[in-house]
Amino acid sequence: MPSSKKEVEIDESQIDFSDIYAHFSVPAPSKFDTVIVVDGAPLVGVDKEVKLINKIKSLFKNIGGIKNAEMPMDPETGKSKGYLFIEFETPAQASAAILACNNFKLDITHTLSVNAFDDIESFANVPETYAPPVIEPFTEKPHLRSWLKDEQARDQFVLMKGEDTAIHWNNKSEAPDLVHSRKHWSDMYVAWSPKGSYLATFHKQGIALWGGPEFEKIARFAHANVKLIDFSPDEKYLVTWSHDPLLMPTGEHHHIIVWDILSGRQLRSFPVSASAMEKQDLGKAAPTIAGPGATVKIDWPFFKWSYDSKYIARITPGPDGAISVYETPGMGLLDKKSIKIENVKAFEWSPTENVISYWTPEPEVGNIPARVTLMKLPQREIVRTKNLFNVVNAQLAWQSAGKYLLVRVERSTSKTQRSHNLEIFRMKEKDVPVDVVELKPTENVTGVFWEPNGDRFALIGLEGTAKINIHFYEMNAVAAAAPPAGKKNGPAVSAILGGAKLLKTLDRKGINQVVWSPKGRIAVLAGVRAFQGDIEFWDIDDLTMLAAGDHYTCTDLEWDPTGRYLMSSVSWWRVQQDPGFTLWSCVGTELAKQSIPMFKQILWRPRPPTPLTIEEQKSVKKNFKEISKQFDIVDAKENTKLDKAVVEKRRGLWSEWVSYRRRCYEDWLKESDLRNEILGIDGTSDSRTQEIEEYVDEVIEEIEEVVPDNEYD
Amino acid sequence: MRPILLHGHQRSLTRIRYNTAGDLLFSASKDNKPCVWFSANGERLGTFNGHNGTVWDLDVTANSRYLLTGSADNTCKLWEVETGKCVYTWETKTAVRAVSFALGDEKALFITDATMGHQSTIHIVPIEADPEDQTSDILKSIIITGAKATVAVWGNLNRTIITGHEDGTVTEWNPDTGAKIKSAKNHEKAITDIQLSADKSYFMSSSKDQSAFLTDTKTLKVLKKFVTERPVNSAILSPIRPHVILGGGQDAMDVTTTSLRGNKFESRFYHAVFEDEIGRIKGHFGPINTLAFHPNGRSFSSGGEDGFIRVHHLDDDYFDFKYDEENFDDLPQF
Repeated sequence: MPSSKKEVEIDESQIDFSDIYAHFSVPAPSKFDTVIVVDGAPLVGVDKEVKLINKIKSLFKNIGGIKNAEMPMDPETGKSKGYLFIEFETPAQASAAILACNNFKLDITHTLSVNAFDDIESFANVPETYAPPVIEPFTEKPHLRSWLKDEQARDQFVLMKGEDTAIHWNNKSEAPDLVHSRKHWSDMYVAWSPKGSYLATFHKQGIALWGGPEFEKIARFAHANVKLIDFSPDEKYLVTWSHDPLLMPTGEHHHIIVWDILSGRQLRSFPVSASAMEKQDLGKAAPTIAGPGATVKIDWPFFKWSYDSKYIARITPGPDGAISVYETPGMGLLDKKSIKIENVKAFEWSPTENVISYWTPEPEVGNIPARVTLMKLPQREIVRTKNLFNVVNAQLAWQSAGKYLLVRVERSTSKTQRSHNLEIFRMKEKDVPVDVVELKPTENVTGVFWEPNGDRFALIGLEGTAKINIHFYEMNAVAAAAPPAGKKNGPAVSAILGGAKLLKTLDRKGINQVVWSPKGRIAVLAGVRAFQGDIEFWDIDDLTMLAAGDHYTCTDLEWDPTGRYLMSSVSWWRVQQDPGFTLWSCVGTELAKQSIPMFKQILWRPRPPTPLTIEEQKSVKKNFKEISKQFDIVDAKENTKLDKAVVEKRRGLWSEWVSYRRRCYEDWLKESDLRNEILGIDGTSDSRTQEIEEYVDEVIEEIEEVVPDNEYD
Repeated sequence: MRPILLHGHQRSLTRIRYNTAGDLLFSASKDNKPCVWFSANGERLGTFNGHNGTVWDLDVTANSRYLLTGSADNTCKLWEVETGKCVYTWETKTAVRAVSFALGDEKALFITDATMGHQSTIHIVPIEADPEDQTSDILKSIIITGAKATVAVWGNLNRTIITGHEDGTVTEWNPDTGAKIKSAKNHEKAITDIQLSADKSYFMSSSKDQSAFLTDTKTLKVLKKFVTERPVNSAILSPIRPHVILGGGQDAMDVTTTSLRGNKFESRFYHAVFEDEIGRIKGHFGPINTLAFHPNGRSFSSGGEDGFIRVHHLDDDYFDFKYDEENFDDLPQF
């Protein structure tokens, strides 16, 4: 059989395979990755050679696996050269040995420096010529706050439905304008940074941050299967948590990473104790971890930021309890040690100063009371403590301006009975006086809600199993009463102070949340999640109800950052029936309602604090009427324009319909002969009406009378 | 006005229909006995006894003499309305899903289901003037390929048969040749009802895809769309006003037992031209399965999964309601 192919003679040696070799080259494994170099050992003579080797070897006995230890001797001096080579069985043991014994103080004069043999090799091979580092060309970053320049000062929100994620402008009752949208933008949920500069999206590989007018990618943080994040208040740092552990060279499993947002660098990672991972989500952070994250059983945020992002702290509960405060950006422990607090239960930062509040329960043995403590950092100066007795549980709630710290205390009055009271620390008064508010012993407090920057708070109390009371309290101004005579710096007693005044108590069914407007004054009472979705708007200045409505099976409520609108929504993650959102004005008028299949999440874009000075804000308030006039004009114009558009559209539809019906009529007339034929009617007469004359005789009564014959006689 | 509640059926309603004069209301349900009622006061005139299964559909002749019913017991029956006697029975291989009299009442159609190896079929039968002469002759059988038909009506001048299908398509057939004339997949899920306007130039189709469309009969082009959040089981056109009513609700199997609020068992009024929702009437405690407008447009009835028929006489303020943009003088009077 003749071959169609030509036999080609190839000399293999003539072919250049180098590119293939380069492509498939396997990096030769270093043979010395199990070898470490211990430097800084004392110089000893032959007599002590074995002794020193054994001494050094004993340092690594915890790691084990030492195969060989070699100490070169200088033949000239007859003494050792001051370093040793130690070979381990595995590279892991070698690296563990480096971590364990580097900088180990053997004695006063000798500190060991332990390094990998390969490192020494590579440092020895540093090129002689200096190669300047390549400077990355400057790329301009997008304007992260461009959205604030909107002429109508509208707010944005991000909306997730199905696979789509989109940013919209809020247009009140009109359809929102689209800013930017993407498919599969986030694998889980999305989150805004606290000042609204970044939008964080969740991916299998990690977190991505987006910003600017076109929502370009700003940064990426690789953390596999990240589930939860927490921004620092100044948006400089990011804390991420993943259930998948990150194996460190030390053999530890780390779950939490702290990042620097601008550089994208990892600052530090932390392990999370198993007990903390199993901790039930107490619902504290629930609003921010909607969606898939809500299934995570972890007390988040695990690390708590101070108001100025200078410190980040975490708690270790239990008998060896401590609060560990780390300093940014180095992420080193403050003063190199944790604050030891036995049995510490919980802590919170003040929202406006570097003060932490924490509480410790009564130990089971010993006559020590439970205690709430306020500590100033970094001085570690205790500002105030208060002892409490018979405490079962306590919860710390700061007012947003840091003016008050409210501690909700649950005490046991007997084995089965519980009572609640409130201890309110006045942070801005001298010596931090404490007001005590006693509550009805039968009432179980389920929630405390401070008015933002205000002196009022709402309390939800549960009496029995079904009766829900909502109380509104106001902190009275401090009376200028002199301290009682006889006591010099008498620590303030609540009696001489204003205390808290009960403004109103409402008896409501189906309410489990009070959401204050970010500007205060207006409080929204709502029953969300397990409740039916009743929503009530209250003006707390006048203590009157403004409006009542409902959003059936509502799962989330959020005020826009300016306090002009409230968004209530039903997320598909929690309720599969009728997901969607409703937009309310601040006085409870329903502005827009949308039902969206697979609607998942809606979040207002936060705003940074106003750049106006207090004087400027005051002048705005003073000239409110003047200023609002110009907006009224714009609004009126907009409304008439819209009304006109609606009327125009309807007119168009109507005339279209009329012409359609006329065409139908013409066809109908043309077909009338055929129709009559089918119906069997004579077409010449009026086919459609048939006159039937019907006479109805109604017999009302029949009387038979016998007329006497003789009548006419 | 308070609706009149008719509770003569033991199981959920499948179809209600007024006669041409509007004095009678016929109802079919999953129990075996179709009923006839006086529409004015809700008094029951009688029942039609003889079926042994769910009665899926019924139709009445223009002169109200005869009633045609199709049932899951594999029969289609012709009844004398006055006496309630069954005058003829067509035996079928499978359940009868839809029935309809043609204009002039000289023929009728019924549709059989696609089960037990049989295909969904349109049967066109002659209706004799005297039921004594009625035979089992069939004028034409059209086998439906593809998704099975759920509803069927005669088109304009009996030139077409319009069927709605389980996959959301609407198809027009030539009743003489059996040929498929046109088909359009406007809906995404099963069509639950098709009701023609009086002049047969357009029709309302309702679907499980939570919407109802107003469609031109000639072109099958969707003219208006009405979208809700629940499956729509029936949609009707007002004979006198440019309004439509949609009825439906959460499927019985998905209904939560805790609250009626989320299930939306309401009759919803929409403006037929502007597509705006203009009102709702609630009352049923199960999904609405069937709706019918009285021919005079002053009242309508709804039949629900709950076994009740509610006869609503519309209040005067409903008739006073009018958009400024509407001008009825422009509309031709048929």
